[in-house]
Amino acid sequence: MATKAKDAQSPLPDPQTQTESTAALLRELVAHLRQNRTQLREEWARRITRAQLLTAMTEEEIFAEATSVYDNYVEALETGTFEALQAYARNLSERIIPRGVETHEVVGIVLLLRDVLARSLFGKYHEDFDKLNRILDAYEPAANRIANTVAVGFVQERERIIRQQQEAIRELSTPVLQVRERLLILPIIGVIDPQRARQLTEQLLRAIRTNRAKVVVIDITGVAAMDSNVANHLVQTVEASRLLGATVIVTGLSPEIAQTLVTIGVDLSEMATVGDLQGGIEEAERLLGYKVLPLEELTPKA
Amino acid sequence: MEVPILKQGHYLIASIQSALTDADLSQLREALIERVGRFRARGVIVDVTALDVMDSFAVRTLRDIAHMARLRGAETVIVGIQPEVAFAMVQLGLTLKGVSTALDLEEGLAFLNIQTQVRIDRGPGRIDRG
Repeated sequence: MATKAKDAQSPLPDPQTQTESTAALLRELVAHLRQNRTQLREEWARRITRAQLLTAMTEEEIFAEATSVYDNYVEALETGTFEALQAYARNLSERIIPRGVETHEVVGIVLLLRDVLARSLFGKYHEDFDKLNRILDAYEPAANRIANTVAVGFVQERERIIRQQQEAIRELSTPVLQVRERLLILPIIGVIDPQRARQLTEQLLRAIRTNRAKVVVIDITGVAAMDSNVANHLVQTVEASRLLGATVIVTGLSPEIAQTLVTIGVDLSEMATVGDLQGGIEEAERLLGYKVLPLEELTPKA
Repeated sequence: MEVPILKQGHYLIASIQSALTDADLSQLREALIERVGRFRARGVIVDVTALDVMDSFAVRTLRDIAHMARLRGAETVIVGIQPEVAFAMVQLGLTLKGVSTALDLEEGLAFLNIQTQVRIDRGPGRIDRG
């Protein structure tokens, strides 16, 4: 995991090898935080509300989350291990991301907690400046690392969700449909990037083989814009389909796309194009030897 | 490895079973072109189903076979190109322009039946009329 590797590289000394005094200081610190748990937690929740963070959540929810974050925070300070906190951060992110919580809010509340706790340490040790210094020396690196862990956990969870959704969109947006024996339709909707173009082509080629298709109609009515890259992908798809013995008909080129393609000089001479999907299917039926007739023409005349 | 060439009616069928060296490919080309004349074949089918790689030499040889066979009076169709192979070929710009292709042996035979039927039907007709 990326965070773990980063943690291992950080210049912070391992908790076990920390000098006895630092460990003792941290113990004292944790005891202080435990003692003032209720008060500090409330102060933190107040400051979150005042800073107008986590506006998507109710005050009760903020307080409940604040409590568990606080406890996890103190535990991480005490044990010096961040796995539990990492897992909690991921879990928290999973719950709050769908509610529209932003990265700056998460980073903001963790930094607020850090400040609240530091303030309380100032309050407790303000008479003994030396001690305060030593306590802060022990507190700051650990607190920074906690803030880092939570923020990274949140961002990673977000990225995971984005990846998942991209994948879902991709899966959804490339159906290959059989409309008649040996005739496939591939409606393309949305933006075609190189990765998607590749996936489209592979899916189409596989479908051609499994359905033993002879004609494929690619409908690009839903494609808003096209550049030379996308056009080349399209040409490649047509060529590859031909190698499998299937004829490709492209339909639904909008006037804008037609103009763009001619202006940028893409060679589409190898491609059969028909105005709309209906025309494309009719052309495909002709190629396959089908003829669609109205029923009355089929019934013998009396 | 030598590629077996089978005669089936008016057609010659060469079924490539494993990866071929350049020498094997050249040998296949020569054997096919020679046999088109010997058996008076009207169609040639080269089945590449078993190939999962196709380099530029292989593609060029297939194209040459098709063009040479046409000069000798036979129509060629390449059958069984795998989807992955087709994709890779297109990306490399090896598109077998001017060569007929079909999904598999069955399709290839159907294609040749139509192609050669047209020629058999029309060929003498034109001479009669002339």
